[in-house]
Formats: sequence, C-alpha cells, structure tokens
Amino acid sequence: MSNALTMTGRSLRLSARSPEALLTALLLPVMLMVVFVYLFGGAVRIGTAYVDYVAPGVLLLCAVTGASTTAVTVCQDMAGGIIDRFRSLDVPGTAVLAGHVAASLLRNLASTVLVVAVAIGIGFRPHASAGDFAAALCVLLVFVAAVSWLAAAFGLLVRAPEAANSAMFFLMFFCYASSAFVPVRTMPTWLRGFAEHQPATPVTETIRGLLRASANPGPVPLGSALAWCGGIMVVSVALSAILFRRRTAA
Amino acid sequence: MNDDLAIEASGLAKSYRDVPVLDGVDLEIPRGRVFALLGPNGAGKTTMVRILATLTEADAGHARVAGFDVRRDRSRVRRRISLTGQFAALDEAQTGEENLRMMGRLARLSRTQARQRAAELIGQFGLAAAARRRVGTYSGGMRRRLDIAASLVGHPSVIFLDEPSTGLDPQSRLTMWQVIEGLAAGGVTVFLTTQYLEEAERLAETIAVLDAGRIIAQGTAAGLKQRVCAQRLDLTCASQAAFDELSRYAGGQASHRDQASLTLGVPTDGSAAQVRALLDAADPGRTLIETFAVRGASLDDVFLTLTGHAKETTHV
Repeated sequence: MSNALTMTGRSLRLSARSPEALLTALLLPVMLMVVFVYLFGGAVRIGTAYVDYVAPGVLLLCAVTGASTTAVTVCQDMAGGIIDRFRSLDVPGTAVLAGHVAASLLRNLASTVLVVAVAIGIGFRPHASAGDFAAALCVLLVFVAAVSWLAAAFGLLVRAPEAANSAMFFLMFFCYASSAFVPVRTMPTWLRGFAEHQPATPVTETIRGLLRASANPGPVPLGSALAWCGGIMVVSVALSAILFRRRTAA
Repeated sequence: MNDDLAIEASGLAKSYRDVPVLDGVDLEIPRGRVFALLGPNGAGKTTMVRILATLTEADAGHARVAGFDVRRDRSRVRRRISLTGQFAALDEAQTGEENLRMMGRLARLSRTQARQRAAELIGQFGLAAAARRRVGTYSGGMRRRLDIAASLVGHPSVIFLDEPSTGLDPQSRLTMWQVIEGLAAGGVTVFLTTQYLEEAERLAETIAVLDAGRIIAQGTAAGLKQRVCAQRLDLTCASQAAFDELSRYAGGQASHRDQASLTLGVPTDGSAAQVRALLDAADPGRTLIETFAVRGASLDDVFLTLTGHAKETTHV
C-alpha cells in the first residue's frame, strides 16, 4: 500500500512535468466542451438546450481521453530500465500500475472540475442536489478507474508509446457511438444496437440523469453502468497482472 | 550451503526459444569480494546477473545470494541486493534527489530516513550541484553515478553492476572505477560484468570468463594472466603479398587480423627474447614485416588462448 502511494506521487510528478500530458489532461477537455457546444450545438435539435444534453457526454469523452494516457505512461515505463529497479526493490507490478491509475484518477478529477466550470460558464445548468452531483462524480471516477486499468493493460500489450497512444482513438470511438452526443434513437438500427449495448451509453445516461435529477426525476441505469465498469476493471486488472508477468519474465 | 559465500550457483541453465544462453554455470563468490564476469556480447552475462538478482528464473540449477535461494526466497534476496543494469533505471523528469528519495521510500525507509539517505548519497557521489536538476539534463557519467547511488539506498550487501562503464567516456569511466573501488572498500560484495579485460583486472579480485554460456576459466587476475598471454605482438606487413604469406605462416596462432592495415597479432609474454625469436621465425628473410608493436592483450586474445577459437562477433 505504501508502495502504491509512493508510485502515485511519482506518476503525478511525471505527469505534472510532461507538457503533452498536461495539455491532454487540461486543455483538450476544455476545447472538446467548447467545440461540441458551439460547433454542433446549433445543428442538433433535441428538444432541450443542447449544452445540457451534451455536457455529461463531453465529461465522459474527457474522461476517456484522460484515462487513455495511462497506456502511454505504462508503456514508457516498460520500455526503460526502471521496472527492473522497482522489481529488484521488491515492488510488485500491481503497485506500479496502481500508481499510474491513481494518478490518472487525480488528473481526471482536476480536468472534470475545470470542464464543469467551463460548461457552466457557457450555459450548462445542472438540476441536481449535492448528493446527486456527488453520485454523478463517483460514477464518472469509477468509469475513469475502469478505463485507466484497461489502458494500462493496453500499454503493457504494445511495445511503442506511439502505439499506446492509439488507445485513445479506439476508446473515443465508444463515446461517439453512444448516447453521449446524440440520442441513440436518431441512429440507424445497426448502430443503435451497438450503442445500446456498450458501456459508454449507460454511464452517460446515469451521469446525465443524476445531473438533472431535481428537474426530471426518473430511473437511471446505475446498475448497468456500474456492472460494465466493474467488469472492465476486473478483467483489466487480471489481464495487466498476467501481461506484466509475461513482459518481465524474460 | 556455506555462510561465507555471498553468491553460490550450481548448474544454472537458461534458454530462450531453444537457444541456450547459459549452459551449466557454477560459481562461488566469498563475501566482501569484487568479482568480475568477463565475456563478449552475447556470452550470457546479463542473463546470469538477472537470474542472480531474481529478475529471471533459471530453467535448471540452483543459486543462493546473500544466504537465500533466489527462487524460494525471492523477497529476502531482493532486500539484500541491488542491481544496476545497462540502461539507467531513473526517471528523467524527476530530479536526482527526487529519484533517490523515491527509491528510499520503496526500500522501506521512512520519509525522514529517505531524505537523509538521499542527502548522504548525493554527497558521497559528488552530485550536490546537480541534485535539484532533472535527470534528463545529466551527462552519461552523472546518470550512471546517480543510478548506482539509487541502487544503494537500502544498504544492500550484494551489488550487481551490469557493464557499469559501457558507453562512458574515459574520464567518466575512471570516476566509475573509483566509485566501484569505494564500494568494495565498504565491505560489500560486488558482482560486475564487463567486456574489458583491463577493467576486470583493475577492479576484481576474482575473474571468471564466460563464453557461449559456460565458464571457461576462473581465478585471480594474476592466475589468469599466467594462463593467458599477457601481451600481443602486432606485426604490420610491407605489402598485401607479405601479409598473405605471413597469414599462412601464423595460421590459427594469430589472435588478431586486420586486412586494412595489413596487421597480424600473435600472443607473446612481451620479453625481448621471445619477441626477437617470434620475429625471426615469422620473417626469416627480413622482408615481410615492416614494423611491430607490443600491446596489452585484448579480450579477443584471451579468448583465443582459452578456447582455441577467435571470439565470434555477434550481430544483434
């Protein structure tokens, strides 16, 4: 546990000192929020203010881009000699990976606060109690943790940081093909089938529902969102343990 | 089992995809000694170090390091050793001091202890001026010193150094040698690998020569030098024809052959009598050899003498 804390401190210092990481963590999310609201906002008619509809979706997209950088940081670690040093200090691989995931959570917490502030600045009006707001944040962070572990496993699978970077585009696709930006009912049937049965949709719907719970109370697919996140996390943690052992066995 | 031994290995074997890298290695290294494993690229030196440092499992054989079995008591071994590999195990984006403090925390020191230990090592390794700079700005020599300092945070009793001077300029190499001599004076056991006979000779009390996964010679530097030619006589020919003729005469005796400079090297003990005899025997007509030079034997010469075949160049 103390190892994981030391590793978290390390990962945070490393991301704070990497200009690309900071840019991806802070500037990109703000740009995405502004682009979606102003660029597509005028074209999309869904009955309510588009900013209220899309803000949770952009939060999810930001979470995915932020969390996917874990693949790059893990991959960079594996390419250097430092993992051998950690292993010879008897630090388990899971502690190293958990440090990267924890740093990803904290980075995303910071970018989420920033993006919500920007969203409110450009007209987003959540209708939620403090409790609902906190619940929405928790769901988002659980999702970030799951995606970060998945990205960590991907970072262990590929050899080059450039390849690890492609995790972001792959994961972003799940956000686009979900209810994050447009209601799934507007999609063609085949895409709709996919959108309704992948994790980004229930997670978006849960966050969106919680953020307008006061104005529009109703059931949210919380169970389905958490089940997806839990499943992804269990599989990814197990997979990264196996991959870490395989990568370091030689 | 012997408590006076820091490292003991018997029958260590390891293959990668059916290619044997280590083929039955036995070693006994007493506590407090500096030991050098000498061998060319691809001889299996790094694999040997990684097995002893618990990072890789051997396919066969046993090894005990600092009193514990590397397979069964991996954690106990890890708490007593340190490994510095060929690639710096440091975070470039952290400062030297931050790296040391982080390693200290991972070596189970408290926050305060880690800070004190970092300060101690920074002083000891002459890094005070650079301690608060990011490692990314360090020179190769500084990086290597910090890397070794980082491996010492937990006071290991056995220190593994995999090719500690490879890639360093002559000045940094000298500094590195002084660092290693300092470690040895502190009473720890040092296991280093090297491709350079000169380095093994200067630093180590015991040397083992590894070739194609087997130890082909082992002993003190002096003992090895008695078995191995100490010097090499380089004969430079006047013409290509002379070079060809000399090559035919020397045959397998030549440990060095450089077509471009028309130079052929043969083992010698360096004495005037032997050099004179060699020159007379090789060039009775006194027309083939233009100049000659006596130089320290290289690893190639050692290999030729020990194995009867010249060192194979491995292309990786």
